[in-house]
Amino acid sequence: MVDPAQNGLRFRTDAPVSDPAVTVEAFAEQTNALAVRIEPGEDVRLLLPFLDRLRLVEVNFPSFGDGRGYSAARILREAGYTGELRAVGDVLVDQIAYMKRCGFDAFQPDELLDRGDVENALSRWPDVYQPTADGRVPIWNLRHG
Amino acid sequence: MKILTGNDLKTGAVTWWDGTGWSLHVADAADVGDDADAILAREEAARRVNAAYAIEAELTASGVRPAHIKDRIRGLGPTVRPDLTLKPEDPDAVREVI
Amino acid sequence: MYQYDHYDQAMVDARVAEFRDQCQRRLEGKLTEDQFKPLRLMNGLYLQLHAYMLRVAIPYGTLSGAQMRALGNIADKFDRKYGHFTTRQNIQYNWIKLEDAPDILADLAKVEMHAIQTSGNCIRNISSDHFAGAAADEIIDPRPYAELLRQWSSFHPEFSYLPRKFKIAVIASETDRAAMRLHDIGINIVRNDAGELGAAFYVGGGMGRTPMIAPLINGFVPLDQLITYSEACLRVYNRYGRRDNKYKARVKILVHELGAEEYTRQVEEEFALLIAQSIEPPFAELERIRTYFDEPAFDADASDELDRTDPDFAVWSDRNTHPHKTPGYVSAVISLKPVGGIPGDATADQMRLMAELAEQYSFDECRVTHTQNIVLPHVRKADLFALWQKLDAAGLGTPNLDQVGDIIACPGLDYCSLANARSIPIAQQISQRFHANGKGEILGELKLKISGCINACGHHHAGHIGILGVDKKGVENYQLSLGGSEAEDTSLGKITGRGFDEAGIVDAVETSVDVYLAQRQDGERFLDTYRRIGMEPFKEALYG
Ligand code: SF4
Repeated sequence: MVDPAQNGLRFRTDAPVSDPAVTVEAFAEQTNALAVRIEPGEDVRLLLPFLDRLRLVEVNFPSFGDGRGYSAARILREAGYTGELRAVGDVLVDQIAYMKRCGFDAFQPDELLDRGDVENALSRWPDVYQPTADGRVPIWNLRHG
Repeated sequence: MKILTGNDLKTGAVTWWDGTGWSLHVADAADVGDDADAILAREEAARRVNAAYAIEAELTASGVRPAHIKDRIRGLGPTVRPDLTLKPEDPDAVREVI
Repeated sequence: MYQYDHYDQAMVDARVAEFRDQCQRRLEGKLTEDQFKPLRLMNGLYLQLHAYMLRVAIPYGTLSGAQMRALGNIADKFDRKYGHFTTRQNIQYNWIKLEDAPDILADLAKVEMHAIQTSGNCIRNISSDHFAGAAADEIIDPRPYAELLRQWSSFHPEFSYLPRKFKIAVIASETDRAAMRLHDIGINIVRNDAGELGAAFYVGGGMGRTPMIAPLINGFVPLDQLITYSEACLRVYNRYGRRDNKYKARVKILVHELGAEEYTRQVEEEFALLIAQSIEPPFAELERIRTYFDEPAFDADASDELDRTDPDFAVWSDRNTHPHKTPGYVSAVISLKPVGGIPGDATADQMRLMAELAEQYSFDECRVTHTQNIVLPHVRKADLFALWQKLDAAGLGTPNLDQVGDIIACPGLDYCSLANARSIPIAQQISQRFHANGKGEILGELKLKISGCINACGHHHAGHIGILGVDKKGVENYQLSLGGSEAEDTSLGKITGRGFDEAGIVDAVETSVDVYLAQRQDGERFLDTYRRIGMEPFKEALYG
């Protein structure tokens, strides 16, 4: 496992949360917990009542082909979550640009990513078609000023 | 007999393990016995073949014949385009694989 | 026709660069095949039976002459001088090298084309009515909505790792020429009582192992909510579609398991949240796109007369044209189903000829149909004879649209690594049989569709007569089904009984057709007779 801050894969300036991420169930009960990990089948909306104390959400990708975590991320951002949103697990360089668009701002891949490949991936798209959680202005709006 | 087949990573061409390398011709296929997994793992890792797998075949009078029609068609080419098969001159080639 | 602006071009160019980089990393060993596979699939690159296969997107089936010509040139330069038009209005090349793939994508990008999302578990190429913008019966041209959806779905970051592939069709007429209700989402642009345009959403249709006809989930989504509503449909699917079993992962299973009502409720709930996010494109964008689909400059004085002196031409023009909304014009259909030929295949030369004819006779436009033919949508009746002569000379003048010889066939075991049995030889034999015995001439409309496996790329469930290839202990075997339709009266065919071998299936089709010929009443098509008399008489004749 690679620490996001160490590997240049954390795109935030605040100090990282060092608390261990607990399960969604535990998080609801432990009123002082700041960090949670959500698994693909879990309903991310269960976290919405706790947005004010939530500082870190780890979204687990046990396999890169399971795309539920992309929806989880966007839902959190749409609901106003501003803390760290970290993709962990089978996170590959060819997925991180899409993840970032969905609101992830930190990546903790199981296997080390090549720095150059990461930079390429993140600078690849000159523009975007759809508005998502990253705040980029979509082509649709650029066209109409 | 047990033989190995896959595709060339760069060109996609169908290939057959001939005992030392990958041939375009099923006729060259070598019996791998119990070594299938070891050869497949080694060759895939070295990217000398892609999506390779082991199949059953028999040795007939006309050569190595894969047990399944799918692999026989792979060994020849599309039956509906004899001109694009590996044996465009052989009028019986298509009938022999189906 | 839609034309890229610098934004669209930059996106497609970026994709070419990305895929070049990904191919490079694969060849260097930085990506395993497992990691590379979804990436190449999202660029339409499969590993098939004989080589890599590249599937190129033809958005809503519309092509300019220059684009059709480029497709022909690619067939020459990188493949074996031909291509295969598919039931999803795309084209496939069968003999591609991985190392050439990025260069092919670059050639495509030069003519505003791509292979983006033509495979993979993402939103696929949007299909539409092949007579869009020409048909006398349409409410409005559906393609601007399809184009908007194309842009929305391209590189959609949330929906690129869905449980399974996702297909959308958009039509805008009562007559369904796009098998709309057999898509994951079928959208029909309709007018409400107040005369406003909106989108009727049908979700959860599909063929494959478990064929289903999509239920209507919302009869009128205002057009300024089209994207938001689509997003809600997809998000519910992405979150709750099954991922434990690939055969149960399509949205049709989710809709079926939840029930259409509950799925709709969840979509509406998600929609209510999403609408607050203001993700809908500005309405001006739809207007901008629409201007590209303005009617061409039709000649108001074009003669509505057709010189039918040549009897062969008269037959072709009766069968292979479709009424146009403008007097003096027709849509002409070029059959890619010569007797005994390979359905949907066209040579590089034929593609270039069709490009030239589109430029000369059809305002620089052609269309690919889901029945694997090519349409020249806007041909002056006065030009039709000249057009036909050129087509006929090139082997493209077969007069068999919607007839028994106009068979849909998937590539089957001749090309496809998933196949159980060959499809093409069956199509060839049936087409030859009905040509030789003359019955083809007297049958009228008969839609025959063949798939080489249960994935149903050949739409066999929706054939008036459907044929499915199965593997019977290593031997090719074929199941026959009757009574399917993909038109506005959508229905799924029923299997007649035990399967047949290669020779047997051709006989069985003829036997079924003979039952129809003996029983048909005035003006009935095969499908009508089947629906009236039911399966029994056919079973009796087949298995006796
Ligand atoms: S139906 Fe089956 S055999 Fe035919 S193209 Fe589709 S996957 Fe291949």
